[in-house]
Amino acid sequence: MQLSQILQFVLSGLSAGSVYGFTALGFTIIFNTTGIINFAQGEFVMLGGLISVYYYKGLEFPLFFACLAAILTVMIIGALFERLAIYPRRNSSVITLIIITIGGSMFFKGAAMHLLGEDPVALPAFSGDKPIMFMGAAVLPQVIWVAGATFVAVVLLWFFYRKTILGKAMRASSDNKEAAKIVGINVSRLTLYSFAFSAAIGAFAGVVVTPISMAVFEMGGMIGLKGFAAAILGGLGNPIGSVLGGLVLGVLESLSIGIISSGYKDAISLLVLLLVLFLRPSGLFGSTKGERT
Amino acid sequence: MALLRIEKLTKAYGGLVAVDAVNFKIYEGQIKALIGPNGAGKTTIFNLITGMEKPDEGGAFFNEQSITGLKPHQIARLGISRTFQNIQLFGEMTVLENVMVGRHPRTKADFFASAFRLPLVGREERAIAEDSFELAKFIGIASKARALAKNLSHGERRLLEIARALATEPEIILLDEPAAGLNDRETGELGELIYRIRDKGITVFLVEHNMGLVMEISDEVVVLDHGKKIAEGPPLLIQEDEQVIEAYLGKEIEHA
Amino acid sequence: MQVKENGILKKYIPLAVFALAIFLLPSHISNYEMKTLIFVGINAIVAMGLCLLMGYAGQISIGHAAFYGIGAYTSAIITTTYGLSVWIGFLAAILLSGLVALLIGIPSLRLKGHYLAMATLGFGEIMFVLFVEMEQLTGGTEGILSIPPLSIGKFIFATSQQIYYVVWIVTILLLVVALNVIHSRVGRALRAVHGSEIAAQAMGVNTAKYKIQIFVLSAVYAGIAGSLYAHFVNFINPTPFTLNFSIILVIIVVVGGMSSIWGALAGAFVMTLLPEYLRVFQEYNLIIYALILMSVMIFMPSGLVPGFLNLINQFKQREGIWRFLESKN
Repeated sequence: MQLSQILQFVLSGLSAGSVYGFTALGFTIIFNTTGIINFAQGEFVMLGGLISVYYYKGLEFPLFFACLAAILTVMIIGALFERLAIYPRRNSSVITLIIITIGGSMFFKGAAMHLLGEDPVALPAFSGDKPIMFMGAAVLPQVIWVAGATFVAVVLLWFFYRKTILGKAMRASSDNKEAAKIVGINVSRLTLYSFAFSAAIGAFAGVVVTPISMAVFEMGGMIGLKGFAAAILGGLGNPIGSVLGGLVLGVLESLSIGIISSGYKDAISLLVLLLVLFLRPSGLFGSTKGERT
Repeated sequence: MALLRIEKLTKAYGGLVAVDAVNFKIYEGQIKALIGPNGAGKTTIFNLITGMEKPDEGGAFFNEQSITGLKPHQIARLGISRTFQNIQLFGEMTVLENVMVGRHPRTKADFFASAFRLPLVGREERAIAEDSFELAKFIGIASKARALAKNLSHGERRLLEIARALATEPEIILLDEPAAGLNDRETGELGELIYRIRDKGITVFLVEHNMGLVMEISDEVVVLDHGKKIAEGPPLLIQEDEQVIEAYLGKEIEHA
Repeated sequence: MQVKENGILKKYIPLAVFALAIFLLPSHISNYEMKTLIFVGINAIVAMGLCLLMGYAGQISIGHAAFYGIGAYTSAIITTTYGLSVWIGFLAAILLSGLVALLIGIPSLRLKGHYLAMATLGFGEIMFVLFVEMEQLTGGTEGILSIPPLSIGKFIFATSQQIYYVVWIVTILLLVVALNVIHSRVGRALRAVHGSEIAAQAMGVNTAKYKIQIFVLSAVYAGIAGSLYAHFVNFINPTPFTLNFSIILVIIVVVGGMSSIWGALAGAFVMTLLPEYLRVFQEYNLIIYALILMSVMIFMPSGLVPGFLNLINQFKQREGIWRFLESKN
């Protein structure tokens, strides 16, 4: 393959990879505060995409406003999900919580199919469709938006977790819930915030990437799985690792389309997931919060 | 020949040496106690002996056979059984069923035999149930045989763990803080139970903080401090040992 | 208290009653209802296997549709592409689902909780991609047609009633096997693993081995069900073998009651018959299933059957108290 072809694949992989990275961030945030893996995370991405299109096309909001409103809506949905479905059973076993979030993902999927339609939809590109040429590869301007957004998000998150009280509280709570409670951290409120926050991040990814790859009600499942693969790859609990993991996964996937075939593309990410789980659950940059006998 | 021999046992976590080249022997028929201030490494030694963790150096020998690196279930089969500091019962199973699980290493019905309920299974099940019930009577919890383990009182839960461990027909039983949370009467009964276990021919090795109990029933005591063995000997000598007293540094020896 | 053999026998009475009911049913129901009950039986088989894995051994799998698919495709391929006998296909289905389960189970079951769930999820999705992409073998999205029905020698099980009996005989046999396993040393070992894995190990239970064995058994159950399914509908494509179905299987086990094999049966009845009665609401399928799953997990996590038994016990206790109070007056 020529360099420009490889570059093309890499660039398109980065854009998908950003979505995986953001999804992975969502997993990481909730996991960091609560130890729960939210199987409905992919659905937040889907909802971001579908709802923003509905606001823009159905309710005819201006583009940026539609995006913002969609993110806020999904954030509220995430918060409601936490209060109604997670909070009542917050002390239950891991398996119970897993099943509840699985139920949640199914619910969001069904609701989206019902209220927002079955067909794939898209937003127009934020700053036009004309590809920019870069070293022989064509880059959509939207991809630059995605890249920029990812960068900004990572910086903000680093700042948040390291420098703000709330961020530190979240890290404390994930490290040792009981100790956090004793020093006065309101763990239940933090859980609410993390779900809302993760939902917002997921929606953000969904919104930003919709102009490139269309949104459809059933996209959440694969995105969730791949986002989780990215999170584990980068080390569950490590926000920067999550984003990097997502990018790596996206590029790997994209290259595999070039080398093998597009039908097996999903299988590649899933294979990565299984390999990481089996061989190195702490991931590339990981913390030691593995769950292994 | 010692029943259980610990040789240069060492375990470190990152920079912290939890167990530092510890040596001691336990002879058949003894009641031996392992004491030391909190964090001295006592439960780690239990975990190392029973295969739950692997030592960095050194090892354990059971009847002069190395058991270092064996898996916990293999060690249980060889004849070493244990209870846990933070009681690990099978909460959703009945008292009797908990004890019956203890019969596992001495019985053999496998998946195939069980699935098709071959004749051996019926006979073995009856034997398991009877043996377990006898053991429950020996320990003194037979009246609660049908109760769910999670519904027992603290003292009963401790007894059940011991019954379950005895069901494996061990040569030596390791008790991890069996008196924790027991009142004086229960502690006295525990002491008598330990004597009865020894009378059955089972060697007892226990970790314990209750000094009154330790000094009264033990033949020998091993003292650990910061991972190192600082004394070993009969209770009376240990009580006088300067290093031991210093290790406990002003801590009141309860019930002494 | 004496431990009598009766205790064991008592557990087989509900089985006998149930079997009797199943066998008397066909003369009282329509052909369509019989077909639905065939699906109930098939789903029940997968559910029982999954119940042993989740409820008794305390593990989780949200990819069991894959084993169901492996069973179905194996039978289909062996009997169509290779034209071999149905029973060879059946045997191959059992062997292959068991083998794949062994391969995937050994690394996966070292994981716990979320990680295990994700691994099974990933595995299920990979299998689905394979079902779709390996067109030469599986017929891709078009699938495999003209799968022959089950037969013994010259006798073909062609009518719904005949198939009903075959399926339910298999279901009941597998129920007996499951009950045997539960009420045995192996069953206790599994429940011990669920209760406290380290204590189980300390009591001589090779927990890794048992987890893998029960995983393989649950996969074999699913494979058998898949095989029966293929021979029943005579046509398969990847559509039934999705994550959705894996989740529905989990719903069946959970709703009926994870800790009870009868719960798996009850769940299979409920979840298979539900769409029939909710025809009107078919579009809302996903939402309804999701709400059922979440409601059960939030309000009655031990499931319908144990919850029901609990209510009966509470009722009995209250009755007892009333009688006691009345007798005092």
